[in-house]
Amino acid sequence: MITLPKDQQGIARPPTRWETGSNVAFRAMTYIVAFAVVLLVLFIIFEIGWAAGPAIKRYGFGFFTGVKWDPNTEEYGIRPHIWGTLYSSVLAVIIGTVLGLAVAIFLSERFLSSFIHAILRFFRVQHHGFWGKLPDGLEVLLKNLVQLLAAIPSVVYGLWGIFVISPLVQPMCGWLHKHLGWIPFFDTSYNPYSMLPAALVLAIMVLPTISAISRDALVSVPPKLRQAAYGLGATRWEALISVIIPTAQTGIFGSVLLAFGRAIGETMALAMLVGNANTLSWSLFSPANTLAAMMANTFPEAREPNLISALMYAALVLMAITLLVNLLGAWILQRASRGLKGAR
Amino acid sequence: MASVRGAFVALSVALLCGAVGCSKSGDGKDQGATIQLSGSGASFPAPLYGKWFKAYNKLHPNVQVDYQPIGSGGGKTNVIQKKVDFGASDAAMSQEEMAKVDVGVQLLPMTAGTIVLAYNLDGVDNLKLSREAYVGIFLGTVKKWNAPEIVKTNPDAKLPDSDINVVVRADGSGTSYVFSQHLSAISEEFKKSPGTNTQPNWPVGTKASKNDGVAAAITKSPGSIGYMEYGFAKLNKIKMASLENKAGKFVEPTIASGQAALAGAKLPEDLIAWVSDPEGDSSYPIVTYTWIICYKKYDDAKKVATLKDVLTYCLTEGQKESEALGYIPLPESVVEKVKAAMANITAAGDRTAK
Repeated sequence: MITLPKDQQGIARPPTRWETGSNVAFRAMTYIVAFAVVLLVLFIIFEIGWAAGPAIKRYGFGFFTGVKWDPNTEEYGIRPHIWGTLYSSVLAVIIGTVLGLAVAIFLSERFLSSFIHAILRFFRVQHHGFWGKLPDGLEVLLKNLVQLLAAIPSVVYGLWGIFVISPLVQPMCGWLHKHLGWIPFFDTSYNPYSMLPAALVLAIMVLPTISAISRDALVSVPPKLRQAAYGLGATRWEALISVIIPTAQTGIFGSVLLAFGRAIGETMALAMLVGNANTLSWSLFSPANTLAAMMANTFPEAREPNLISALMYAALVLMAITLLVNLLGAWILQRASRGLKGAR
Repeated sequence: MASVRGAFVALSVALLCGAVGCSKSGDGKDQGATIQLSGSGASFPAPLYGKWFKAYNKLHPNVQVDYQPIGSGGGKTNVIQKKVDFGASDAAMSQEEMAKVDVGVQLLPMTAGTIVLAYNLDGVDNLKLSREAYVGIFLGTVKKWNAPEIVKTNPDAKLPDSDINVVVRADGSGTSYVFSQHLSAISEEFKKSPGTNTQPNWPVGTKASKNDGVAAAITKSPGSIGYMEYGFAKLNKIKMASLENKAGKFVEPTIASGQAALAGAKLPEDLIAWVSDPEGDSSYPIVTYTWIICYKKYDDAKKVATLKDVLTYCLTEGQKESEALGYIPLPESVVEKVKAAMANITAAGDRTAK
């Protein structure tokens, strides 16, 4: 074996013991942390399931169909709560998607900056050191403002709903009930604490999720596609509807799913706004209840073991619903994106 | 976007640390012979307790009483799990709950309150509700403001032909317990269902959280009625209905009518008395004591002495504050009984007490 003199050795050298050691340690650490997260989830499910055991045995499937929640007779059923949870979430996601997607398109297709640019050009300052940066700067500002919505605590949303949204929609709802009361959505008189204000506030709460992720998806549509569409003579509208949005639909759909997940689990704002009454109604103006709100209201004062167990059962159901929604979403997402592989 | 979100996280973490830091440094000033008492429980007397403990702290800077208004149920649980020095509850404690505490508990009535039916109805100022009417409202059988049950006792009022929007408590609460207990006492039908509970299964109503939530819901929705503590209705300037008492008289909720109701009730040995349907012409029908729950034995003699001193202050000087905040001062005879009962609270190894 030939040993080169010291000055002729290359920079390549075997890893030192420290380097090998830290490598192994880092790998071990990532494994441990990754497994810990999985274990934690399993542990939570196990704990809740264990505590729910007595209620599952006692109420079984009737828990899902029962409409009464009476601690005195110990009859517990969560059909109104499941209904309220799904109804409010679906409404919120529909409204939130319309708004969020609009915001995302507005921010990703340079509507704002081209408008500002036109104004600047009118004053002939479009290449000015300060004014020239305005179009892009405003767009970033607006984007961040929408993101700010996600930073508002849900209690604040609840209060805002009670004191602003609910009185704001009251006159319109009164009119709808009076003139279109035969439609099931409007067939009860307006209650300030009801499904509609709750769903509206919830829609605004999920809007940042939808707009941010959809915007990212729209921005990452390959420029080639966009240019090709315009090159073929498509109008902006045609390009958006038939090329850009379909290409980005996987991301958009993903954002809607995330938003749905958040809407299902939202607690505080709903507990404050939804009226917490165990009703089963299509009416937007009638108070309702959701699983999360009911648990938040009931748990602090719950002492009877049966009640606690029933609450745990409800928690388990809520988790199952969220999981189901996510699985369903993942499945649809997979199917939807299959046909689009070629476009990328 | 990421950077803004990051900035927010950083900001909120900084604020949080700041808040924690502040409270830490606040605690730092009491060194040496500081005695800390911690309690938790009922939210209804919390404003009064807060005032008492603050005033006591001014007189005795070395004593700090920390009271967390987490609700009656939570207060009782904390006492059973021995997480606090004392608890507080509007719904007293049941025999089996008391049996769970091996050293025994002593319940001391501290103040009393009335539960009022607050309503929001334009142009109707002195609503009088008969027993039939208000039981019916909360059972959902009286649905309209111009129902015959209500019109009968209010012939001159302009009662609208609109739905009664009933507001009840969404969370479990001592207030609900006392109110449903009263309704069960005066109505067989109510007793059957929903019955007495901290969270009864109300057949009607929108539900709101806590006293202030109910107050907000009533002020926000015209045509609504709900139950809450007298102090909250007074604070929020909500109109209160006069209710028919056991003697058939309509009585306005005031401190005086509440005191009249308490005067009729006999306090038993364990100091747990329910005034679910008081006698007397001038008695307001829904009143309740609220209790502080102490252990019968503590480890620390100093703590016992301090606790007793604090409680004595509350029972004497403190009672003068009650009225301004909408609570009923305890009658003199009750104060004497409570003071006597404090002898049951002892420290381990304390030979002077019985």
